[in-house]
Amino acid sequence: MSDLVELYQELVLDHNNRPRNKRAMEDASSTADGYNPLCGDQVSVFLKVEDGVIADVSFQGVGCAISQSSASMMTQNVKGKTVEEAEALFEVFHGMVTRDPGAEVDSESLGELEALAGVCAFPNRIKCASLAWHTMAASLNGKQQEQVTTE
Amino acid sequence: MTPQPFDVEAVRRDFPILSREVAGKPLVYLDSAATSQKPQVVIDALAAYYSGINANVHRGVHTLSQEATEAYEGARAKVRAFINAAEDAEIVFTRGTTEGINLVAHSLGTQRVVEGSEVIISNMEHHSNVVPWQILCEERGARLRVVPINDDGELLMDEYEAMLGPKTALVSIVHMSNALGTINSAKDIVALAHAHGVPVLLDGAQAIPHLPVDVGELDCDFYAFSGHKLFGPTGIGVLYGKREWLEQMPPYQGGGDMIKSVTFERTIYNDLPYKFEAGTPHIAGVVGLGAAIDYVNGIGLERAAAYEHELLEYGTEQLQAIGGLRLIGTARHKASVLSFVLDGIHPHDIGTILDTQGIAIRTGHHCTQPLMQRFQIPATARASLAFYNTKSEIDALVEGIHKTFEVFS
Repeated sequence: MSDLVELYQELVLDHNNRPRNKRAMEDASSTADGYNPLCGDQVSVFLKVEDGVIADVSFQGVGCAISQSSASMMTQNVKGKTVEEAEALFEVFHGMVTRDPGAEVDSESLGELEALAGVCAFPNRIKCASLAWHTMAASLNGKQQEQVTTE
Repeated sequence: MTPQPFDVEAVRRDFPILSREVAGKPLVYLDSAATSQKPQVVIDALAAYYSGINANVHRGVHTLSQEATEAYEGARAKVRAFINAAEDAEIVFTRGTTEGINLVAHSLGTQRVVEGSEVIISNMEHHSNVVPWQILCEERGARLRVVPINDDGELLMDEYEAMLGPKTALVSIVHMSNALGTINSAKDIVALAHAHGVPVLLDGAQAIPHLPVDVGELDCDFYAFSGHKLFGPTGIGVLYGKREWLEQMPPYQGGGDMIKSVTFERTIYNDLPYKFEAGTPHIAGVVGLGAAIDYVNGIGLERAAAYEHELLEYGTEQLQAIGGLRLIGTARHKASVLSFVLDGIHPHDIGTILDTQGIAIRTGHHCTQPLMQRFQIPATARASLAFYNTKSEIDALVEGIHKTFEVFS
């Protein structure tokens, strides 16, 4: 049960119930679609990059609480960051969800994203948590309109 | 004489995996529609085959080869009797239902499906009974037609009847839906198609462990199923085909065992069913499937089906009593499947939370994405039953669902 409480933290459920930045963006500079064929999670990420800085970011999609809350938190946490900073944060986040349970996390870099640290105890949910991030990274790398899968 | 009550506890002792724990709790296995668990007799049959008689079949004069051939062909006879086919030659061993459907699509399909013709499937098909036909229709310039369903998940038979006509090359429809549990009126589906001279393939993957299947009575032209859903091993399946079709169909794969003689100029194909069994078959799997059929016959499929139906009714009542739960698939004729969605909670989250309670269910689209689109849902949570399940396991499921609501509250 403690693993469950760890997984579905209040903040995670809050982002699931009231997702932030969940909207289409007409004037996005790049977008990408992500899909997890295993469970059908879908997420589209819209980015507006100006002078190397993520001026705006939003998402749309359907999926489980982990995928939707992760997408919501991702948008809040990369907004205003440079492309390089966002990519670096993705690496830290990815390291957190794929670490061995019990291993240390880089709390300072992660901030509230640490709410998803419990995912590492559920190996078949890691893809749910990382889908929006993979999609965001694909969009940053100009893989416009390309479908990302986490398989 | 009153029939013996179904002794589920005795049945459960036949399945060693049912006594294991998951997450520190007794395993509650409610995913038999994905694959069934295996009784000890099937596990033993595999070990006995490999430790006692392993050899290649249909060649070699030595004792082991003869014994292996007898075991292999003996299992074919068991399959024939189990589904009441007219002769052993109509039983083709495959890797599973999927391969059986692909065999028909490639072999009969390339003969019958021509430009402008039509193949009929339904809205509740598994991807394995959609994609092979889609590929074939694209290749041949044919049209794939889909019989719609109602909100309970029942086929609209009038619409099906209206689709049949001179253009129809083939009908391929599921006998029992894996995602909804609906049991289709297979006999009517076949009779209506036959009135137009159209052959029918029935996808029996889900039906075979839950209903007595009599291909003679159904009069279907093909019936495909998998061993692993019938308490047998993975990797083995059966395609039943009427002799008249199998004889005129070209081979599906070329290789050893499917030939009588080969020269570089010409190959003479083997007799049925070997024409469709190229290469060394999954001999152990066939032997295991034979053991599974013996086991099911010992239990009695009709008795087991009656018990399962009782469980299904109990489960339906219990789930329907939960506020915020909606059953997907409420056909009048259904078996074994309780597919549901919960308000505001994605099925994938339900699956994870139940797993921490030791309860195994399937969550997702169940390889029926067009069906999910029909119900405008991304996925369902599906509990599926077999005759080794109990009412107390359904109670555990109900408790797990309440727990899921709690976590999300």
